[in-house]
Amino acid sequence: FAGLADVSISEDIPVEGEITIPVGSRSPDEDFSTLDEPVRDTIMRDLKAVGKKFVHVMYPKKSSALLRDWDLWGPLVLCVSLALMLQGGSADSKDDGGPQFAEVFVIIWFGAVVITLNSKLLGGTISFFQSLCVLGYCVLPLTVAMLVCRLVLLAGSGTISFIIRLIVVVAMFGWSTLASTAFLADSQPPNRKALVVYPIFLFYFVISWMILTFTPQ
Amino acid sequence: TACLPMYLFAEFDDAANLLAANPDATTISIDEPAEIPKKQHGRLQEPGREEDDELLGTDDSDKTELLAGQKKSAPFWTFEYYQTFFDVDTYQVLDRIKGSVFPVPGKNFVRLYIRSNPDLYGPFWICATLVFTIAVSGNLSNFFIHLGKPTYHYVPEFRKVSIAATTIYAYAWLVPLALWGFLMWRNSKVMNIVSYSFLEIVCVYGYSLFIYIPTAILWIIPQKVVRWVLMVFSLCLSGSVLVMTFWPAVRDDNRRIALATVGTIVLLHALLSVGCLAYFFDAPELDFPAPFIPPHNVTTVATRNR
Repeated sequence: FAGLADVSISEDIPVEGEITIPVGSRSPDEDFSTLDEPVRDTIMRDLKAVGKKFVHVMYPKKSSALLRDWDLWGPLVLCVSLALMLQGGSADSKDDGGPQFAEVFVIIWFGAVVITLNSKLLGGTISFFQSLCVLGYCVLPLTVAMLVCRLVLLAGSGTISFIIRLIVVVAMFGWSTLASTAFLADSQPPNRKALVVYPIFLFYFVISWMILTFTPQ
Repeated sequence: TACLPMYLFAEFDDAANLLAANPDATTISIDEPAEIPKKQHGRLQEPGREEDDELLGTDDSDKTELLAGQKKSAPFWTFEYYQTFFDVDTYQVLDRIKGSVFPVPGKNFVRLYIRSNPDLYGPFWICATLVFTIAVSGNLSNFFIHLGKPTYHYVPEFRKVSIAATTIYAYAWLVPLALWGFLMWRNSKVMNIVSYSFLEIVCVYGYSLFIYIPTAILWIIPQKVVRWVLMVFSLCLSGSVLVMTFWPAVRDDNRRIALATVGTIVLLHALLSVGCLAYFFDAPELDFPAPFIPPHNVTTVATRNR
């Protein structure tokens, strides 16, 4: 370090200037602070994102919007509404009736977490919350099926209504499974795809069973 | 530095002796020649042990044998450690399921299919499927049995799912734990050629439960004879897988203890299937689906309804 001993900044060389970040690299989202915008804009932006994802689930194409900007608002809304609609079922004195609110909630969230862990343990490249997001959003067809079932049950609970409900639930179960497989299958190693898809199938089958066996008081 | 290998060799021997007193998971294949020293590989590998093996200058065949048993070398708090238990492809899982349904007489399931790559995928998801299959089939079967009765009101019986889950997961994990502990204890008294690690026992139990999935679906048929025939058949198949796996592990022991162990394994397995049949599936009241009920049975039918 001997050679550096005589290096020093002389006083007549000014050390000043401006350190600015070039404007081009700032992303457009950060142009303004979201604290100043009206609350309506904030809510509408999130609602639009959720709505766009609903549309993506109902018409599953190979788009990455569902995966890239994950959020868990949609799954929460779907899970709560499904659990609420499954209430009011038959519950006789032995309490052998349908699932309670907490049971539906736990099954959906715990099931989604287990399936996500399973796919990650098998070597999948999807992130934890992205997978939760996809599995939660793909409950949408089954929530629609539950709504239809409740409406059909208002009309009557005979054999014909059962057949209608069966057809609707089976169709929506197929739709949910295919939609979630379309989103999740690409991130799995190719020789383990079936190992990852099967638990998803089981998960939506259990939810469909809960919907189909719902009997009003 | 020339005496370094000798020093390490002596130290390794001491360590091996110390480990012998402390039972750990041991995996040995029956085919290997007996001169490979019995290595105790616990699930938590210290890095020092691997260095010892490498410095001893073991040749390639020994090294692959060591590495096969040392697969799980990541520390247990990392995600990669648990990924080693899911290192199976689709065709491997399907092969293992086939091996549990069609047991080849004389062939050991663990040796043939698991081969020191036990996985947790099969046991976990087979148990999950079995839980829901039993609950759904039981519900359907009760529905069909009580269908024509005027006082019957269908209930989904969702409570039974949690009971089924507790029973089956407890059986698939606690019984292997007890069996593994028992085998380790006997191993310390009688030197057995064959011994299994805890995960291999869990694997065998998990895959042996697969046959009950189609059995539970067929139990919807409301005929007592059919149900009992199905139960005996599936018990024979999965029981034989278990017996053929565990008989080599205990046959060098005292004759009575060996027979008692294998007998207990089969008995617990039978208890599980009988219990599931009795609890989840109501007994069919008539042995043939007769459209008429003799008048004096109507009151008994009405009082039996819940």
